[in-house]
Amino acid sequence: MSVEQLLGRDSFIERGARSRAQALLDAGTMRELAGPFERLHSPWLAMQHLVTQADDGVIVAKGRLDGRPTVVLAIEGAFQGGSMGEIGAAKIAGALELALRDHERGIPTQAVIVFETGGVRLQEANLGLAGIAEIQSAIVALRRHVPVIGVSAGSVGCYGGMSIAAGLCSWFVMTREARLGLNGPQVIEQEAGAAEFDSRQRALIWGLTGGEQRVAARLADACVDDDTAAVRATLVDLFARGLPAVHRSDRAADFLACLERVDTTRQATAQDVRDLYSKGLE
Amino acid sequence: MERLDYEFAAGQPAPGRTVCGVVSSGDLEVLLEPGTAGRTTIAVQTSVDGYGATWNALLERVFGTGDLPAARIEINDNGATPGVVRMRIEQAYEQATNNGGKP
Repeated sequence: MSVEQLLGRDSFIERGARSRAQALLDAGTMRELAGPFERLHSPWLAMQHLVTQADDGVIVAKGRLDGRPTVVLAIEGAFQGGSMGEIGAAKIAGALELALRDHERGIPTQAVIVFETGGVRLQEANLGLAGIAEIQSAIVALRRHVPVIGVSAGSVGCYGGMSIAAGLCSWFVMTREARLGLNGPQVIEQEAGAAEFDSRQRALIWGLTGGEQRVAARLADACVDDDTAAVRATLVDLFARGLPAVHRSDRAADFLACLERVDTTRQATAQDVRDLYSKGLE
Repeated sequence: MERLDYEFAAGQPAPGRTVCGVVSSGDLEVLLEPGTAGRTTIAVQTSVDGYGATWNALLERVFGTGDLPAARIEINDNGATPGVVRMRIEQAYEQATNNGGKP
């Protein structure tokens, strides 16, 4: 990106969830469902003396993308780390289920999920986990008919149970700044030690889990610049392509076979990972 | 966490409803809806205890003259400084006026 482009771009990362949803949909078509004035506060956070947000950190926006009926589910990464509680997860799962019902009634509603999440909200424990499971089943049910596209722009990235939801999406779009992984760097360091994974080494973390690497390792499909127009254009492109021939999650056996070939006697480099997956997933 | 409630004199009802800000560290969310003419109510939920006097002073300065449009305001605060609080309230009024209340 040149300096002029850098200054002229309209950052997607810097937008909040509501603004992201609005920017992805065609101008003037966005209608928010289960919005902040419905006052769907998390009942569990208040019991633990934490301040709640009126939309529980999830924006459900219906509208059109390039003229086609679309629902955008945007997670607000700044509120409680984008964590999935009972309400927020139910909003996403419910919206996906309604999109499926739309489809069965002849309105092919496509779905975009903007992942900015550390996974389950620990304060809501099992209810959050159950909600994530519902999101996952809803993605699998809907993607039989229309693509469900995931986007992770950063800076939170996509972790935990929601990274599994990301893996179930028909297509997954990332920026270089975004990260995708089951466990976050600090969790890995805490469990396995700094020698295994030093969570303070940013180059190591982004080298192994950043957007560029995940696309090279075929765990994501497109790496876009942090530019709202570019993110939107990529979505339009991917929806035009339709469903992938084989969904990534249906290739689990191929991915597992790659993992079995990992040389665990030394620390894997980003290049090792790329070689391993590109050989195994041709 | 602390809850604080306020009431101020106000003008005509605000032209629409709007929401701005996020409950992130050092920030707050402001929900603004049209209120009954002549009266603004504010419900504050804040993560920081013991700053009632600061909230009193700040809100008195913003709403004390009684000439802002009447609104029902909900503030969900996660440790924002008074300057940020004031800017978010002003943003909410500006948005409510500009977009007729579409959040």
